[in-house]
Amino acid sequence: MENIIGDRESSTSQNEPENNWRPYFSFSTDHKVIGVQYMVMSFIFFLVGGLLAMLIRAELITPQSNVVDRPLYNGLFTLHGTIMIFLWIIPFNAGISNYLVPLMIGARDIAFPLLNAISFWMIPPGGILLLSSFLLPNGTAQSGWWSYPPISLQIPPGQPINGELIWIVSLVIIGISSIMGAVNFITTIFWMRAPGMTFFRMPVFVWSVLSAQLLQLVNLPSLTGALILLLFDLNFGTQFFKPLENGDPIIYQHLFWFYSHPAVYIMALPAFGIFAEVLPAFSRNPLFGYRSLAVASLGIAVVSIFVWVHHMFTSATPSWMRILFMVTSMLVAVPTGVKAFGWTATIWKSKLHLETPMLFAMGGAAMFLLGGVTGVMLAAVPFDIHVHNTYFIVGHFHYIVFNTITMAIFAAIYFWFPKITGRMYAEGWGKLHFWLTFISANLTFFPMLPLGLQGMVRRISSYDPRYQGWNVIASLGSFLLGVSILPFIANMLGSWLYGTRAVNNPWHATGLEWTTTSPPPQDNFDEIPVVKRPPYDYGDPKYSVIESPDYHQPEH
Amino acid sequence: MNRWVIYIDESPIPLERWWRYLPNWLKRFLPIRGGRPEDHYGKSMFGFTVFLLSESIVFLSFIFTYLTLRLTHLQNWLPPGVSGSKLSTFVIINTVVLLSSSFVIQPAENALKHHQLNKFRWLWLMTICMGTYFLIGQGIEWSKLDFRLSTGLLGSTFYVLTGFHGLHVITGVVLQIIMLFRSLIPGNYNKGHFGASATTLFWHFVDVVWVVLFSLLYLWQA
Repeated sequence: MENIIGDRESSTSQNEPENNWRPYFSFSTDHKVIGVQYMVMSFIFFLVGGLLAMLIRAELITPQSNVVDRPLYNGLFTLHGTIMIFLWIIPFNAGISNYLVPLMIGARDIAFPLLNAISFWMIPPGGILLLSSFLLPNGTAQSGWWSYPPISLQIPPGQPINGELIWIVSLVIIGISSIMGAVNFITTIFWMRAPGMTFFRMPVFVWSVLSAQLLQLVNLPSLTGALILLLFDLNFGTQFFKPLENGDPIIYQHLFWFYSHPAVYIMALPAFGIFAEVLPAFSRNPLFGYRSLAVASLGIAVVSIFVWVHHMFTSATPSWMRILFMVTSMLVAVPTGVKAFGWTATIWKSKLHLETPMLFAMGGAAMFLLGGVTGVMLAAVPFDIHVHNTYFIVGHFHYIVFNTITMAIFAAIYFWFPKITGRMYAEGWGKLHFWLTFISANLTFFPMLPLGLQGMVRRISSYDPRYQGWNVIASLGSFLLGVSILPFIANMLGSWLYGTRAVNNPWHATGLEWTTTSPPPQDNFDEIPVVKRPPYDYGDPKYSVIESPDYHQPEH
Repeated sequence: MNRWVIYIDESPIPLERWWRYLPNWLKRFLPIRGGRPEDHYGKSMFGFTVFLLSESIVFLSFIFTYLTLRLTHLQNWLPPGVSGSKLSTFVIINTVVLLSSSFVIQPAENALKHHQLNKFRWLWLMTICMGTYFLIGQGIEWSKLDFRLSTGLLGSTFYVLTGFHGLHVITGVVLQIIMLFRSLIPGNYNKGHFGASATTLFWHFVDVVWVVLFSLLYLWQA
């Protein structure tokens, strides 16, 4: 097991996997097809959102507002945020969870396959509806992805169909889809586990998905409620959030952040789960502190329900509430720290195999340190008031959503690519992709931290010329980031079409998904396995090879 | 009192021994060791219960908005010249009809579980009538009120809360009508009665929400 490199390409003349496009364009109820549909669709939206981001950065190269006009600039950052959160990371996580959770817990499919297909097919219409608002005479929604009233309610009279309305409707559609997905995942994890797959034999990825989906279930309805009330204010003359007519816009902020803070963890928890799968496989070590990492997922989920007011420290929040939520926000760092120490201890003093998935996982976990530490800084009320609404916030959350979560997503794509397609990706192209992404992501997002500390305000298209230096670096970095996606696309398409045949378990990883063929058969397992071992038993020589006959015995 | 029982794992537990449900429900909902036998009914009911939890949060977000607005506008809650939502005999009868329908639909579901189809149909039809009566009554109540959707915070909150609840009542009645028609197809419920059970659970949910809304909107007079 010292060398895991040489034997991942199949030397036997197995049948070539079929490159069949057709299932992916049909209404399938197979969780593997739906998973791939989710992932590919969200990646297309990722490209759209990235294009919008590059337009924003193009505008910010010079201090003057000269590339796009200001309403369009507002629309760009509004849709960039909305697309990246609701159409890239959350659907991608739904896709990878769809693909992996039934395989990892030893189930033949997800609990409600038809509901699963319906919740996927609600997202493309919602996303296209959102993008279609670019075609409206008054353009898209312009009030940021928060859509705070009263700004979001300031629509020119005589515009019953406006960008804001489209934004609300498409978000409600996507939200309903997510809630149905959450019902499906929670039921699957509680009800469909194979014999012997106890809670503490589930991989940490499944624990993370369970925690994230519990958050979707409990918190997302609050956003749906807020959006429905906003819709009534916008088009039906109610006064919930209109300050001039006795309404209270702060209520919207509470309802919005009650979902949208946990949304960060809905996005991040599956990424943490991916780290916990990839790091042990390439360091050949059991995951350090498996139980504490599993429970920490739930801990993060539970604590994160009670921290939302830290987004509202400057919204006339009373002092006692500020202090209370400052404490709870800092408390999140405890289970999150457990995770980070667990990852570090897993790779500590082991011989690392630096394949592309490992590079992405280590890069993402390392940059999570910067994202996490700036997060703890922001939890402190005085510091938060100082940098509120500046680029420091933008830098902080991009270190989380891009440099941590999107890196984890790339790690997951490379890690499970042989399982999903039955072919190996090209290692050299993968490494090129990693180094381009790692360098350009830091070039793009690091300058935002000093810019914010110096006081540059977010969501503006023209700024004081003294900020230009860092902005040029960030813009150039963002264009390089755009280029870095090209080797990835080439690698994925080329490997999917012409890649060499992969063996069933190219990484010699533990976990039930690697016991099936690549790609897995229609019903995942010929016989439902009986699980007898904890996950991540890389250290035990007896069980270090998954093909060992007594690892998981089929049920007789 | 034998009629008021809920069947879990085919063993009747009388309602007055409610604590005996808890280990059963835990066993049912939190299977520890995995490998549970294929149980389409239990799995689907679990999923539906989880969905209702989510649904109740939407109501809670509306109720949170209502409570915050009302508590910060105690003095001027009623716009000048508006009498608001008064507690009348009509509304009370409406409420009693809706709430008592829960005690009709549960025996109906139990009858279905015992394959007493005729008893199921009659009790089910009675529930549909009670739900429809509530909907019509609520429509008449709306038309008699002296404020509209745009009449201050009172109108905004009242119509959105009762309207959203009414939407759920309509959904419940439509589901009940579908289930009634299904019972007329021979042998339809031999495959399982998840649809009827989920509708029953949904109907209880709608009733509980109405108890909360009735207290907040009618019993709490300005």
